[in-house]
Amino acid sequence: MAVVFQKTRMLTDKPFHYCPGCTHGIIHRLAAEAMEELGIGDTAIGVAPVGCAVFAYDYFNCDMMEAAHGRAPAVATGIKRAHPDRAVFTYQGDGDLASIGTAEIVHAATRGERITVLFVNNAIYGMTGGQMAPTTLPGQVTTTSPYGRDVNHCGYPVRVSEMLSTLNGPAYIERVSVHDVPHIRKAKAAIKKAFQLQMEGKGFTLVEILSSCPTNWGKTPKEALDWVVSDMMPNYPLGVYKDITAEGGAK
Amino acid sequence: MAVVTVNEDICKGCGLCIGACPKKIMEIDTSHLNRKGYHPAHCSAPESCIGCAFCATMCPDVAITVEK
Repeated sequence: MAVVFQKTRMLTDKPFHYCPGCTHGIIHRLAAEAMEELGIGDTAIGVAPVGCAVFAYDYFNCDMMEAAHGRAPAVATGIKRAHPDRAVFTYQGDGDLASIGTAEIVHAATRGERITVLFVNNAIYGMTGGQMAPTTLPGQVTTTSPYGRDVNHCGYPVRVSEMLSTLNGPAYIERVSVHDVPHIRKAKAAIKKAFQLQMEGKGFTLVEILSSCPTNWGKTPKEALDWVVSDMMPNYPLGVYKDITAEGGAK
Repeated sequence: MAVVTVNEDICKGCGLCIGACPKKIMEIDTSHLNRKGYHPAHCSAPESCIGCAFCATMCPDVAITVEK
């Protein structure tokens, strides 16, 4: 019998600590498979965030660095400049990248640092217990917005892909989702393209992945994926926001 | 026929493989618990499996291996 699917060797044997049904595991696998298929995994260097994915350094079978909260793009900048021939990526959640790390991501993007950022957006702070994040949707109930996010009081969610795509530095920015198999395949293609453009020296690349948080959303894993489609996708439309290699140049 | 092998010890019983399976043959095995205390998933009808690996693609814990 031929093996149709098996765990990539770019992931370690350590079981993920994530909650049941959390899509962090899928996104880890896609990043690992993309690196393996491009042949850049053995020399790649990843930077882990603070948040649920803080232990990502235990799961990727490549060199990993842990950054202070939100500072992954700054750490990755240093690594990439010291090792320009290596694939360098950050793996960050929305609490890390869109809140405390907003300055780092904006400036890494506008400098056109040749790194790949995997931005996992689940519209909530996961690890700390389900508080409102900058990406929390209007009306969304969290532990710090128990009556739903009131935009008159808390403002509107940050759309990172749209915001960064206005800058000149990024080469490729796409928002994808992992709520079903076809979208998982598209997400992998996007991550692979981001790594490829990084290795070609085109510039800053970012893939925003819509993710679920069944535990803090108070839903079953299946209901959480349905909520990604029904509530998150209208607020965070999928698509390519910037691609300097596309016909006609930057989108 | 294809063979779906679930690594029971790392399966968390989230059930996402059940929704992904086009043949509707993945199910949670409620007859026993794994060492983490979850009811693990398994393939209930291996003879009907087409080896599409949708279950493995959806599995957040990379607990599934598929052979054909």
